[in-house]
Amino acid sequence: MSSTRYILVWAALIALTAVTVATASANLGRAAIVVVLAIAAGKSTLVLLYFMHLREERRLLLKLVVPIAVATLAIFIGLTYTDVLHR
Amino acid sequence: MDAEKRSVEECSADDRAAEDPSAGARIGMWLFLLSEILLFGGLFLLYSVYRFRNPADFHAMSLELSRFAGTLNTVVLLTSSLSVALAIHAVREQGNARRGSLLVAVTIALGLVFLVVKGFEWAEKFRHGLYPDSPALLARPPGEMLFVGLYFTMTGLHALHLIIGLGVLAVMLVGLRRGTIGRSRQAPLENAGLYWHLVDIVWIFLFPLFYLIS
Repeated sequence: MSSTRYILVWAALIALTAVTVATASANLGRAAIVVVLAIAAGKSTLVLLYFMHLREERRLLLKLVVPIAVATLAIFIGLTYTDVLHR
Repeated sequence: MDAEKRSVEECSADDRAAEDPSAGARIGMWLFLLSEILLFGGLFLLYSVYRFRNPADFHAMSLELSRFAGTLNTVVLLTSSLSVALAIHAVREQGNARRGSLLVAVTIALGLVFLVVKGFEWAEKFRHGLYPDSPALLARPPGEMLFVGLYFTMTGLHALHLIIGLGVLAVMLVGLRRGTIGRSRQAPLENAGLYWHLVDIVWIFLFPLFYLIS
């Protein structure tokens, strides 16, 4: 990966930040949170793949760390909301 | 690609270790990062439940945060991630410890800028009587109290991580200058970079959730 590639990823991250701020100002109502979180997930993916080198990682164990963390959190959140939503 | 894959499979474990000497350190670091993700994940879950129960109060309180300061800090932190990535690139691919140390210094400077902006933000809130358990805050609706409590806890824990990251980067800077960290020993620098990027990712989520909810 070349230095230019890192700078391009950074430019994409800044552009996505601008999109998030614009989205929040655009009064999308309830959809805004979905859009804003999707952009945050996209930005994190860029950081993980390129800055944290997961894209060129050869060890399956390390490639799986983030999916395992996300799956664990999804279970926590899902189970919590089965309670929160039905009170 | 196929040939490359086959050659990796044919290598013995020893060959693979020789080819990727920092793998052990990297596995340990990722295991630590996993625990960090779950730590912040728990707080995000707490935030989401309280927000679900108090949408109007969260919205009202979020408008009192400075969107400008939050956006500025996001740009500062993303740029610091770039500079530390370029520092590692300079050391790893180009063997240029001088350039690496310069870029680590830039990263430290950007981290300090983030903390100064954050400090001004907190000071502003304190001036308005908004700090945990303050009379002005206790007079507000419960949802707003929860928002402010979560704001201080989560950005505070994040800032603490950033301060620790600055300490780690300072050690890397000294190591790069002295030659104890460089092309022949790069695992500490790579792991410092991984930690710094994780702190950046946490902010990527904190920023929209506290500053941009509408």
